[in-house]
Amino acid sequence: MKVLVCVKRVPDTGGGFKLTADGMRVDTTNLDFAISPHEECAVEEAIRIVEKHGGNATALTLGPVAAQEQLREAIAKGVNSAVRLEAEDYESWDPAATAQAIAEAVKPMGFDLLLFGNESADTCNYQVGLRVAHLLDLPCVTGIKALEIQDSRAIAKREVKDGWEVYEVALPAVFTVKEGINNPRHPSLRGIMSAKKVPIEQKKLTKQPAQLARKALKKPHEGRQLEILGQGPEAVPKIVAKLRELGAI
Amino acid sequence: MILAILEAQNKALPEASLETATAARDVAQKTNDTLGVLLIGKDVRALAPTLKGIQIVLVAEDQQFNGYVPEAFAKIAAEAIMKKSPKIVLAPGTDWGNDVLARVAARLNLGFASNCTEFFIEHGALKRVTRSNWGGSLLEDLELLSNPQLLTLQPHAVPAKPCEGAAPTIEDLSVPLHDKDFRVRVKAMIPSEKKGISLTDAKVVIGGGRGLGSAEAFTMLEELASLLNNAAVGATRVATNNNWRPHSDQIGQTGAQIAPDLYIACGISGAIQHMVGCKSAKKILAINKDAEAPIFQRADYGVVGDLHQVVPALIAELKQVKGA
Repeated sequence: MKVLVCVKRVPDTGGGFKLTADGMRVDTTNLDFAISPHEECAVEEAIRIVEKHGGNATALTLGPVAAQEQLREAIAKGVNSAVRLEAEDYESWDPAATAQAIAEAVKPMGFDLLLFGNESADTCNYQVGLRVAHLLDLPCVTGIKALEIQDSRAIAKREVKDGWEVYEVALPAVFTVKEGINNPRHPSLRGIMSAKKVPIEQKKLTKQPAQLARKALKKPHEGRQLEILGQGPEAVPKIVAKLRELGAI
Repeated sequence: MILAILEAQNKALPEASLETATAARDVAQKTNDTLGVLLIGKDVRALAPTLKGIQIVLVAEDQQFNGYVPEAFAKIAAEAIMKKSPKIVLAPGTDWGNDVLARVAARLNLGFASNCTEFFIEHGALKRVTRSNWGGSLLEDLELLSNPQLLTLQPHAVPAKPCEGAAPTIEDLSVPLHDKDFRVRVKAMIPSEKKGISLTDAKVVIGGGRGLGSAEAFTMLEELASLLNNAAVGATRVATNNNWRPHSDQIGQTGAQIAPDLYIACGISGAIQHMVGCKSAKKILAINKDAEAPIFQRADYGVVGDLHQVVPALIAELKQVKGA
């Protein structure tokens, strides 16, 4: 089983956002970076599948030199090899351009299973995995929260409002993963040390013209005025009055 | 034409589809275009006459569609676009809508802007959209350079208005489908094991965070929920990552986006990734022992106190009130 997992380097924003002076980007000064959460689960899923069925897992990112940090994190957890598609300006690659480059890079590599996150934490475009699947003419199920490999087929579950949709597709196939599919492991110290020595393959591909053009980032308006109802259990009568006013009781 | 592709669930149009119809109607009025709706599914024809005030409803009904058939639906949507040449195509920004439009975008090699919250129209053309980034913690102004412009609407961004006006013209859309279009299909449905009201349907949601401290502590939130009208219990990412609650209970960027009348946040600090999941709540009541917690800057009502004292006292009081 040859498994590909695609990851994106995103800032770990924690408590809040600061924007750059031109309003075009999140100011990442003093911020750490991480693998986007759904993709962290995709990495875990890739490792588990290889542990169970044999084969190897490759992590791929399209990003700057610094994004090797995220590839090494994936290797430290158990991914076998990594590829970086060179893009210092990765934030200006729109989803179609990103997918085009990924599809071109992975086509000759012959993966059985290609895993993506359902959407990246930052731009939330919901489409790179599906676009890659289309370019490679592979079946794709998005937003899955369970995956099982049975010989040359994959069984995936997608959570919907009143239950689970069960899909069964022939491999090779593409899946986009949602958090909740597994609980990602932390890398071991030994994993972190040995990941430093693994060479990362670098590829440079042409960027197709963008169809989406960012004009600005801005913070949403938060129009709430806080009313303190009280301290500790003595606030209970006021809470009850509020619940009544709001029709909750 | 402005074309809205609407999801049908259990022979009805869910809220996100009604919101999309409302937004599409507004855009069509501003661009002075005909408004069309596309319905795809097994039993969708019956819904068409309910879409009053929409000029054309395209119906792609097929008894083979047992649930969602992604590639067939995308093929039909792409065919409808080729046939009607709409300027703008809008779908709900749900898992379904984003899946359909991303597939259409890939097929037709078009740009696709997901989860839009606002549309800026000048001289009959869509110049720019505002869309969610970081699950809604930030907004992005964006230009869509390809035509037609493919968009989905962020759920809860536009309140749904009732469909009023003249009855629509109904057109059948028949697209030849092949085995390959069914290579991805729902093989089985497993009904949810969860009982009670879902997080997205509840009028009151009680959320538990790090301050709960254990899975057992959620029992008290369940009890509180049982004393309130149409209430459900949710959790933060910290709580689901600690296995105090299943992941399906998570509210936030990587979980559910809810819009209840009241959200009661218990022991929740107010991390941005959680708050984007509950920001559409009409009112937020926060109970937290840390008066400096960011949640108090994003709440309507605050109680500064230990939830392990406040919640049991509230339960006792509600039992007394209800008993009386």
